[in-house]
Amino acid sequence: MPFFRNALSIALLAAGACVAQAKPLVVCTEASPDGFDIAQYTTAVTADASAETLYDRLVRFTRGTTQVEPGLAERWEISPDGLTYTFFLRKGVKFHTTEYFKPTREFNADDVLWSFERQRDAKHPWHDQAARGFPFFESMEFGSLIGNIEKLDPYTVRFTLTKPQAPFLADLAMGFTSIYSAEYADALLKADTLDKLNSQPVGTGPFVFQRYAKDAQIRFKANPDYWDGVPPSEKLLFSITPDSNVRLQQLRAGACQIALYPRPFDVPGLRKDDKLAVLEMDSLLTSYVGINAAHPPLDDVRVRQAINLAVDGKAYIDAVFGPDAATQAVNPYPSTMLGYDDSITPWPHDPERAKKLLEEAGHKDGFKLTIFTRPGGGPTNPNPALGAQMLQADLKAVGIEAEIRVIEWGEMIKRAKAGEHDLVFMGWAGDNGDPDNFLSPNLSCAAVTSGENYSRWCDKAFDSLITQARENNDPEQRAALYRKSLAIFHEQAPWIPQAHPRQFTALSKDVDGFVQSPLGSNNFAKTKRK
Amino acid sequence: MLSFIVRRFGLLIPTFFGVTLLTFALIRLIPGDPVEVMMGERRVDPQMHAAAMHRLGLDKPLPQQYLDYIGKLAKGDLGESLRTRESVWHEFLTLFPATLELAIAALLFAGTLGLLAGVIAALKRGSLFDHGVMGLSLAGYSMPIFWWGLILIMFFSVSLGWTPVSGRIDLLYDVEPVTGFMLIDTLLGDEEGAFLDALRHLILPAIVLGTIPLAVIARMTRSAMLEVLREDYVRTAKAKGLSPSRVVFIHGLRNALIPVLTVFGLQVGTLLAGAVLTETIFSWPGIGKWLIESIGARDYPVVQNGILLIACLVILVNFAVDVFYGLANPRIRHQS
Amino acid sequence: MTSLTTPLPVDQSLLYPSPLKEFWRAFSHNKGALAGLLFMLVIVFCALFAPWVAPYSPSEQFRDFLLTPPAWLEGGQGRFLLGTDELGRDLLSRLIHGSRLSLIIGLSSVVMSLIPGIVLGLVAGFFPRLIGPAIMRLMDIMLALPSLLLAVAIVAILGPGLINTVIAIAVVSLPSYVRLTRAAVIGELNRDYVTAARLAGAGLPRLMFITVLPNCMAPLIVQATLSFSSAILDAAALGFLGLGVQPPTPEWGTMLASARDYIERAWWVVSLPGLTILLSVVAINLMGDGLRDALDPKLKNAA
Repeated sequence: MPFFRNALSIALLAAGACVAQAKPLVVCTEASPDGFDIAQYTTAVTADASAETLYDRLVRFTRGTTQVEPGLAERWEISPDGLTYTFFLRKGVKFHTTEYFKPTREFNADDVLWSFERQRDAKHPWHDQAARGFPFFESMEFGSLIGNIEKLDPYTVRFTLTKPQAPFLADLAMGFTSIYSAEYADALLKADTLDKLNSQPVGTGPFVFQRYAKDAQIRFKANPDYWDGVPPSEKLLFSITPDSNVRLQQLRAGACQIALYPRPFDVPGLRKDDKLAVLEMDSLLTSYVGINAAHPPLDDVRVRQAINLAVDGKAYIDAVFGPDAATQAVNPYPSTMLGYDDSITPWPHDPERAKKLLEEAGHKDGFKLTIFTRPGGGPTNPNPALGAQMLQADLKAVGIEAEIRVIEWGEMIKRAKAGEHDLVFMGWAGDNGDPDNFLSPNLSCAAVTSGENYSRWCDKAFDSLITQARENNDPEQRAALYRKSLAIFHEQAPWIPQAHPRQFTALSKDVDGFVQSPLGSNNFAKTKRK
Repeated sequence: MLSFIVRRFGLLIPTFFGVTLLTFALIRLIPGDPVEVMMGERRVDPQMHAAAMHRLGLDKPLPQQYLDYIGKLAKGDLGESLRTRESVWHEFLTLFPATLELAIAALLFAGTLGLLAGVIAALKRGSLFDHGVMGLSLAGYSMPIFWWGLILIMFFSVSLGWTPVSGRIDLLYDVEPVTGFMLIDTLLGDEEGAFLDALRHLILPAIVLGTIPLAVIARMTRSAMLEVLREDYVRTAKAKGLSPSRVVFIHGLRNALIPVLTVFGLQVGTLLAGAVLTETIFSWPGIGKWLIESIGARDYPVVQNGILLIACLVILVNFAVDVFYGLANPRIRHQS
Repeated sequence: MTSLTTPLPVDQSLLYPSPLKEFWRAFSHNKGALAGLLFMLVIVFCALFAPWVAPYSPSEQFRDFLLTPPAWLEGGQGRFLLGTDELGRDLLSRLIHGSRLSLIIGLSSVVMSLIPGIVLGLVAGFFPRLIGPAIMRLMDIMLALPSLLLAVAIVAILGPGLINTVIAIAVVSLPSYVRLTRAAVIGELNRDYVTAARLAGAGLPRLMFITVLPNCMAPLIVQATLSFSSAILDAAALGFLGLGVQPPTPEWGTMLASARDYIERAWWVVSLPGLTILLSVVAINLMGDGLRDALDPKLKNAA
């Protein structure tokens, strides 16, 4: 009997093999996703495996830019006061048909409502399913920002905001606003299998979920009904490979065609390999050291300036980020964004002047402080602990004794939010390309209270400028406001801005149609092997 | 004999509860909480934080949480991961076969080679081969295995290209996870070449993980063999004119195996848990990495129950070794 | 005249050899152990006189010489004999200073687990009714937990750092001392000399520490050398997982871990610390073997 079954399956497999077998696209990714219900999670790898592959949003970022273009909404209208947004939805969009769900209707306004109300309404039957909450929705304060969402007809939805919010449209292109199938959710609710939303996802996106093996692989197949054209890669496979060296070795061996996040130091070697190509792009990343302005003597602006003067910024780029792999940071956000001010130049490396400033501030004999950093690295900083050792040496040269504490990530975050550090190595990855996304969460006075303003620096003038800019919809005026605020930031020196790392992707030469995103997301809807 | 087994088994119960209490306490002593870790640099509203902690049941007093945990355990419920929302049992089942497959391969490698080398070294005591085996095994159990793994990868995978760099199988093979053991699944799946590919992926990690057990087993076998060869019954057998190979394999090895198997058994426990470093180096989707990551994410249920499951395995393996030893050695059986 | 300087003929076999001398004779008979001892002496010398032996400070950064290859390779420099690391620090100096760390970690973790281990083991052996089994169950519990995971958890609780690494390693290796001591104590308790001491009215502390303990020391000393070497390996493993000592402290395992990113471009930053760890651990284990053979011929063929 088993023999027959085997023989049968061989026959079936052989038949399957005859069907045209396009080359699958294998991508070496750096970690397992936390799950597939993207609204519950924050990590980029989770977004790549769900928001970019399985789901769509009302609007989306044009490939390779931070410009917003139509997605599931064909067009939209914004009221002159900037408070109501009316979206006109695309017709004929189909949800994925999978082994575990067969949709009976097409995408409509109910799905939009479900996807937002679930996060917004505490009484929604699905709200508590996300036990840890909806991190993006909550951290961007969408709950208080959105006053009301109405379905005007099956293909029209209106959002009413409680205050004007210039980046709102860009926010709607972010992963956490992905549109889920309300019909699938109802079916799961009826079957009382709510957790399947996270493990057996259904969306409208370019790829259909097939299988996931934790720490090993994720398999997708092309969505044959995709509204924006069927993806050219029939199969998309993610090979989960945490070590960056191993990813490159896999790429060279042909086990994958795209290796994400090669280390900048490996890039020159990759360029020499004529079977490989390296893409690079300026991204929305900032790596910085927060100076805790609530801890004397760091509350003295002269001391903060002296620390900035003590640092040899260029050397950090060469040793930590890799020469040509990052630009030295001056402002909180990179030069591609609104209101960036070229006239502000980095603090020079001038230990003498630093010593003089410290002397003026009454610290001729120097003082002691602690540097918080974490083991390992991430996209904003490949090796913060290495930078900490350089900073320690630089500070020593001007008489400041620094002690390094490498603390594991979870604990460091907690302690830094409580303000225990003097200096802390941090980073920020922009979510939507708007300056406010860098300034408000990291440098506003409100963020001091909540803790994620790691310099605990609250400057009334700066704060009022960025608030005005956030509530203004005119780009020219906003730019002017941001330029003013950046000048204050530079002068007050609450950070040691370190670098805007460039973002690299290594791929084999036969890959076509892959475009990097400045937001660090990876989308393979138009990518194929030649 | 039965009473010996029952007595030994009775000792396991307090150990089991001790393990639950210890893991429960350990993970909660680590600063930071799961909600905080997830939010990273981002903002956590204290109210939202409190609400999330409430939903996770982490706002209750600790004794209450422990009782809830034990109550769930009694019902066989291992809870679900705070991070992935998957049941811990399910995650364990997907990852554990990978670790087990690796551990078995490593033990097979270490066992066969170690026994062989040990026996020959004992028979040729003082020869160049003997010295070689002893020297190599000394180096083997002094090896920092994470470093050893890196060096082997650089040499065999990168420079020579003989073995794959990492993972369990080339992703071009779409292998349905039936048993979770890649070697078995590839055979069930009948995709051509998949089995050999899985085997090639297994070689290097198995060698790295097997290095220390190999060294230990080789040394053990050699000394056990030397001991046995001195015993009267072997001398008698020789005197009776039995062929040397018969003497060695029937009389010598059989008796030398007892202490060797004991060590073997103890190594199983160490292997299952000790694969962390090997798994990290080879991107092997096993439980060691899973647990270390879960400690980082403060994923309480995973850490508690994952460690509990491994601890149970270790306890049971040790128990089996104890019983086996008792069977083989009546003196132990009658001791307390 | 000459007859005066000639020593009187003594029957050598009647002389009671000094135990130290006897030990040394047995130990030095073992060539491997001698080699191990010699290597360790070099390491200890480096550790004691690191600032004078090492050409540079271990944390001095030559920022124009990042990842310079060892002197004998192309692009190498005579002033950096073994090359430099990712921050331009002299690798040789870091390895030499690292020997201090490894010895400190090894020694202190052995001491920190040996002493409580012996006390608990003695207690467990002397009170076989209630306290003994309780202690042994506790040890069983600790043994049931995977040791590396336990160490990781302890470091996560206490925070990374030299002392906490030592504590974690000491805790993890505690059970083996307790078990070993208890087994040895139980073996000794039925001996006549113990009964004699009891009858002579020796108090419990005296019985424990003066009568019984010295007779259990041989396996403990052997175990101590073995765990000395495994402590170095464990510290390196913790460092490799990013939980070791704080930078810029040049601990071998941490050096190896942070160099791992550069393995393709600069093999020396990975290979040399690893090789140093391997050689030191081999040397200590060789010494351990020699000690075992010399101290306790019975143990020669066990383990």
